[in-house]
Amino acid sequence: MRVTILGGTHGMGRALARRLAERGDQVFLLGIEPEELARSAADLQARSPTQAAVGAALCDLADPSTFAPALAAAAAALGEIECVIVTAAIFATQEAMEADVTRAEALLRLDFTNTVVFCEHARGLLLGRGGGTLCVFSSVAGDRGRKPVILYGAAKAGLSAYLEGLDHKFHAQGLRVVCVKPGFVKTGMTAGLRPPPFAGEPEAVARQVARAIDRGTPVVYTPGIWRWVMLAIRWLPRFVMRKIGF
Amino acid sequence: MIAGWGNLAVPGRERLSEQLERASAEAVLCRGLGRSYGDSSLPPAGHPEVLGTRLADRIVAFDQESGRIRAEAGLSLFELNRLFLRRGWFVPVTPGTQFVTLGGMVAADVHGKNHHVEGCFGSDHVLGLKMRLASGELVECGPEREPELFTATCGGMGLLGHVLEVEFELRRIPSPWIASESRRIGGIDQFLEALKDASARYPYVVGWIDCLSRGPSMGRGILDAGRWATAEEAAGRALPTTRRLTFPMMLPSWALGRPSVRAFNTAYYWKHAQQLRRGLRHPDSFFYPLDMILHWNRMYGRRGFTQYQCVIPAAAGAEGVRRFLELLSSKGGASFLAVIKDCGAESRGILSFPLPGISIALDIAVRDDTQALVDTLNEALITMGGRIYLAKDAFTRAAHFRAMEPRLERFLAARARFDPARRIRSAQSVRLLGDRP
Repeated sequence: MRVTILGGTHGMGRALARRLAERGDQVFLLGIEPEELARSAADLQARSPTQAAVGAALCDLADPSTFAPALAAAAAALGEIECVIVTAAIFATQEAMEADVTRAEALLRLDFTNTVVFCEHARGLLLGRGGGTLCVFSSVAGDRGRKPVILYGAAKAGLSAYLEGLDHKFHAQGLRVVCVKPGFVKTGMTAGLRPPPFAGEPEAVARQVARAIDRGTPVVYTPGIWRWVMLAIRWLPRFVMRKIGF
Repeated sequence: MIAGWGNLAVPGRERLSEQLERASAEAVLCRGLGRSYGDSSLPPAGHPEVLGTRLADRIVAFDQESGRIRAEAGLSLFELNRLFLRRGWFVPVTPGTQFVTLGGMVAADVHGKNHHVEGCFGSDHVLGLKMRLASGELVECGPEREPELFTATCGGMGLLGHVLEVEFELRRIPSPWIASESRRIGGIDQFLEALKDASARYPYVVGWIDCLSRGPSMGRGILDAGRWATAEEAAGRALPTTRRLTFPMMLPSWALGRPSVRAFNTAYYWKHAQQLRRGLRHPDSFFYPLDMILHWNRMYGRRGFTQYQCVIPAAAGAEGVRRFLELLSSKGGASFLAVIKDCGAESRGILSFPLPGISIALDIAVRDDTQALVDTLNEALITMGGRIYLAKDAFTRAAHFRAMEPRLERFLAARARFDPARRIRSAQSVRLLGDRP
């Protein structure tokens, strides 16, 4: 499979890029920092069974003008793109964003607006070749409005809704949309936070997501237990949600 | 709370980072996978945070002709083996667990079953290190470049500076299988003879002895020796993926009393029914038998345990080993099988552990008398000119450590040059070197 990944240098994206490269997929990295891209490309090359060189191009989720050139560079390097993966996102705590509305604005713009804009470019590219897979990391935080993740959750709720709509409209044309909803996963992004029960490891997420990409599973909760945790949370009545802390 | 493998916890936390270069500027100590038993990877009380390196695990460069590899310090040996064993490469030296990081392997200058031929991982095989010094400076060092920094870092328990990248050469192996022979041996004198004999014939040798048996069967055990199987011997057999069990919970502390340990040791000895067993073995079961059970340290309960590993110099002879075992059993040090191994020449790492002689490692459940037991063993060790392994230690007193380490002055001189304020420090360096908490 020929795949390009935005955010493959860090965290879950890194683990997923590795899994794909190790099984022989051709990977092309998109990201912000040239040195990080080069280091991750070298890492993936060493892991690839064929030692295939891994390409990379600059793409900044904060700057939509970079999207089309970056995807074009990926398509040129890979020949054609069969799968686009988006793991990039930013995170800030609810307290930090409540205290500084510019941070809230930045998170909503990157994690919702710009991510959707990037997906629109990717959708065009994939449909142009007759289909393909678009795999995007949303979050369980988007499943219900909750006190600790109101703004982050709102951005992810919007993203999940967008991905669901894409699936409905373009499935018949060969677009496979995979919306990944990770629960708490121990990565650099969550390094300062205390891991709750059912916290996952990036390698386990990567294994599950790679399988979902192969099968075209529309929604993936990872670790899997979060499907049931979120099911329970969605059913909690409002008066309970007002009382509890999560 | 944060603890080493022995579950002896101190207040503190681990801050993980994928970006060691950025995160190391302020850090007081790096911690890899936390497999050192005692307090080597624990923070000093005054700065209760360590930098966790295990997410910084990229391979920076790999040359498939020479096997030369450079990687970030958090890359684990487990990952290296997963990626390279089936491709025909293996590390020149491996410790008895693969859940360690490259940075940790350098800090402890780990040795393995092949110490008598290959020495230690850091001192004898690392070609280059990228380090962040206490001053904030980034430097590259190796056997030729900044040799004082390099030799003090290998075995220096992370105290000279933060290791960010490690470069060394993987070795070509003829097949991914081990051709091994194991022997059941009835007593300590024959055991030491057999160790010497096997070490002359095999690159990998280790033994397990029963420290609870007394009299003529004192020191009886199983001797394990091996080498990489040739391609013909392996006959193309694919290496299966190892399935691991997880020890589910902390056992209560009374569960590991003398009777249960004795029963286990006896069963382990007689399970090896034939005197001599030969065959192909999976490298996971040969090198890392304890890794088969994840979290096996829970077996020792909430009070935790320590490992006492020392080397008894060749000069003390078999007599020295026998005296040590007698002392141990007279003090009631109930231990599961003790690991015994023949060590080769001393490495250039200033505080590197091995010394020509016999290394013995015992797991000891922590009880009220553990401090007294370790003190007694250390006093006996000092009279024989031996020393302990810092990566295992939690109980040695500073005065005993000074008495067994004539090399300490050289180490402190190197540290005074690279970190005069002793900013980089650990709970262990506070205990043994008198650093400020």
